[in-house]
Amino acid sequence: MLKALNKTGLVFFPAFDWAIDPTHPEREERLLYTQDQVFEEGILDIEGIVEYKPSLVSDMDIKRVHFCVPDVFSVTTKSHFISAGGAITMGRALMEKEIERGFALVRPPGHHSMRVVHGNRGFCNINNEAILVEYLRRHYGVKRVAIVDTDCHHGDGTQDIYWHDPDTLFISIHQDGRTLYPGSGFMEELGGPNAFGTTVNIPLPPSTSDEGYLYTIEHVVLPILSEFKPEIIINSAGQDNHFSDPLTNMNFSAQGYANLTRMLKPDIAVLEGGYSIEGALPYVNTGLILALAGLDYSGIVEPGFDAARISQSGEVTRAIKRIGETVLSHWKTRKDMQEKIRRGRDFIERRRTIMYDTDMIYEMQKDEIRICDECAGALKIDSSADTGQHILGVTIPTGACRVCRQTALDWYDQAGKGPYDRAFLQDRPNDEYKENILKRR
Amino acid sequence: MGRIGLILMGNTMIIGLDVGGTHTDVVLIGPDGPMREVKVLTDNAELFKSVLTGLEKITEGIDTQLIRRAVLSTTLTTNAIVTDQVEKVGMIVLAGPGIDPMAFRTCDQYYCVSGSIDHRGREIEGVVEDEVLKAAALMKVAGIKNVGVVGKFSTRNPSHEIRVEKILTDYAFEKIFLGHRISGNLNFPRRIATTFLNASVSSVHSRFYNAVKKSLMEKGLNIPIHILKADGGTMNFSASIDFPGQTILSGPAASVMGAIHSAPKEGDVIVLDIGGTTTDIAVLINQSPVLEPLGISLGKYKTLIRSLKTFSIGVGGDSYVRVENGEIVVGPMRKGPAMAYGGRLPTPTDALFVLEKIDNGDAQAAFKGMESLAANLGISVREVAEKVFEKTCSLILAAAEKLVNDINSKPVYTVHELLEGYVVRPTRLVILGGPALHFTEHLRKISGYHAEAVPRWGVANAIGAGLARTTCEVTLFVDTEKGVVLAPEENYSKTIRSMYSFSDAEDTALELLRKKAVKYGADAENLETEITESLSFNMVRGFRTTGKNIRIKTQVKPGLIQGYRD
Repeated sequence: MLKALNKTGLVFFPAFDWAIDPTHPEREERLLYTQDQVFEEGILDIEGIVEYKPSLVSDMDIKRVHFCVPDVFSVTTKSHFISAGGAITMGRALMEKEIERGFALVRPPGHHSMRVVHGNRGFCNINNEAILVEYLRRHYGVKRVAIVDTDCHHGDGTQDIYWHDPDTLFISIHQDGRTLYPGSGFMEELGGPNAFGTTVNIPLPPSTSDEGYLYTIEHVVLPILSEFKPEIIINSAGQDNHFSDPLTNMNFSAQGYANLTRMLKPDIAVLEGGYSIEGALPYVNTGLILALAGLDYSGIVEPGFDAARISQSGEVTRAIKRIGETVLSHWKTRKDMQEKIRRGRDFIERRRTIMYDTDMIYEMQKDEIRICDECAGALKIDSSADTGQHILGVTIPTGACRVCRQTALDWYDQAGKGPYDRAFLQDRPNDEYKENILKRR
Repeated sequence: MGRIGLILMGNTMIIGLDVGGTHTDVVLIGPDGPMREVKVLTDNAELFKSVLTGLEKITEGIDTQLIRRAVLSTTLTTNAIVTDQVEKVGMIVLAGPGIDPMAFRTCDQYYCVSGSIDHRGREIEGVVEDEVLKAAALMKVAGIKNVGVVGKFSTRNPSHEIRVEKILTDYAFEKIFLGHRISGNLNFPRRIATTFLNASVSSVHSRFYNAVKKSLMEKGLNIPIHILKADGGTMNFSASIDFPGQTILSGPAASVMGAIHSAPKEGDVIVLDIGGTTTDIAVLINQSPVLEPLGISLGKYKTLIRSLKTFSIGVGGDSYVRVENGEIVVGPMRKGPAMAYGGRLPTPTDALFVLEKIDNGDAQAAFKGMESLAANLGISVREVAEKVFEKTCSLILAAAEKLVNDINSKPVYTVHELLEGYVVRPTRLVILGGPALHFTEHLRKISGYHAEAVPRWGVANAIGAGLARTTCEVTLFVDTEKGVVLAPEENYSKTIRSMYSFSDAEDTALELLRKKAVKYGADAENLETEITESLSFNMVRGFRTTGKNIRIKTQVKPGLIQGYRD
């Protein structure tokens, strides 16, 4: 009889009646074969593996993280509420000590969703992991969190949400942004002036195989994690590094994913991308669940696996080593670098443009953070999109100091003087989320 | 009119027989309701005798030509498994990559051989004849008669199991059980366990029923025998030969079926069968029992044997009652009968004596039992009896609520089901079993539900068995990209063209179901078939739709046959 070493919770929500559109990779069929494999292997009968029904997140759970433009219901479907709800269900079970590990095997994914949401980008509308993290902070007083994003695409949404948060370590390991959507996630992206260095990007060259990926986990990710000492580790468990994935160019295997999971020991894994729905997902997910549960996964082999065919070249191996060294040297010198950026400044501004590939929306954004040693800093975001929407979003961070709080409230109060249609206020210390409709359209 | 009228109406009487641990209950039911009931003591060593005696007694002076069928519910196969009185069988398992199949080992003669099929039914690795021959030879040496053959994903492509069966032909095993014939559901470890159990109880089952049939014939009782299954449905004797495992744990099913007549046509009802040792709890929705999603569990075996969803707690009339840390504790163990009936330790039944709800035993002894508890708690004997009684009721109710909660938290996989899915909200308790009458009022009070005891609660189980409908299920799987339609349990497969539609699939599944039900002994005129799951997925490869993947599940749902009143 099999028995899990770690009591493991599983939310399985394949959303068999939801798709972005009928032939889109994010369609009804995506987790069909995964369900078949998980059911046939009898995973849910293993003692110590418990299946949970997902709850739905509330409007407020979403507003705690996002500024949805014009409102939550315009940019989400019910399936998003369930998918994020699945992540929260695992978080709650973990905190209530019903489980030791959790896996939200849910769709749609969320890691490309940023703080401001005008629509869908990279198949994502709302950020499941961020909604989970803020829920745990609000309801269970969790402070230090690490999110390790192992999707093949850069987790630019999660990075954006935690760019200014020194209590959240965000590590993204992905195929080099010069060769893949969303084209970001370079080593120099290290976080905002109050949270410099807690954003860590590890872009790996195309054709990286198990060897290079696991080397990076062992020599780069684990040391940084052990120094940061998070209370909780969340894994954005994309499965598109697989050699058979149609959208990417990496050479990772089901065994590789299971090993990665064993090494990383995430408290909660949340499914992200992965579109090799027959050749990879059934096997990767089976291996991942077994690895979380502390069970033997050595027998999991996907059809067509050939270690020799997907092994990486010496050139790739050397490139990965160099990348690891650079990332670690940034990590070690982050305090000095942060000092340099902040010197003599009270506020720091950043401007950028954001593309919503799925919904074809173009957004221009300007954010401004108050330099602060006491808290994460008051934050304001001016965002306009070619949908015609122009909003102001203001955040009072958890644990905000008196000055940052007042600064943020002033920004919000004066929004009417600006060119905005709406102003939003995230008052996280009071868990209050307000909006002010300034212009009726 | 009498007899002539009955003859004109055809064979109209039914026998229901339920073998329990202590008593075997038998009823004869006519169109207007039960006509006769008999109780005989169960001889657990010779179940056969109890069944025969019961049948003889109930048919005394009756023209057996008028008996349409006799439905038997026995503990035969369950006992055989629990007491390990089953035959040694051999297993051949084809797993391929995945969890090590040795983790699911059921017996000594358990052989893992090459052969692998993937989730779409494609062959990944072929069967190696030599390995099968080697296993067969070893099983022969070990004296194995029955063999189970199970492949992973055999429900998506049974060819490997069929190939192994062919290879085994020369070894002349008595009976070979193939995994894909046992259930259309996916779950390889359960398929192994279920196939193993079917093979294991096969001989016990056949011997028993052949003996019953033979004896009945000798006595001139020519009654068609049907057997109650764990899902509360019946199958005829010939069907049971191939699927003897379906009879495991049919006991609770008999009681639940016996409660259906007392449930309203619409609404959610909790059924409580309060026995001596345990209370068995089930749920009816619009008179249909809620089923286990996959199958029954028996001891260490998790199976694909379709069954009613029941929950048992160790609280009943004979539960051992004591005081622990100043609190009254009831059950879960039974340490003999109530003191009123000669037992040594206090029980809820003794409390009923003190409360003057029962008086057909030694009230003095019961009083003594309660007295010992009262002394311990420093309250009066009557007060303690009330507390014991209330505690018993509240434990039963809490367990019932747990079951409802469990049913409602069953995971679902579509947005629609999650938002609009059915939520069980019981409004009524239907109670049967020995102490049923005495518990009804208090359970009503503490639950706020309507509560009533089943009429004839003493033989409701036998009535339930007698009136149960023949049930079965059929799973159909279509992959138009591969060009196959497959109903593994039915041994049905066809190549199809891409035009094959969703409604073609539903029609095929229902047609196969009707055939199967009639073969199992159902009345072709009175089939209640339904589609329980119906999913169709567009298969997209490279941004182009290349086929459809359709899954249909159909069933004849458990219920009562028409034309008989309780």
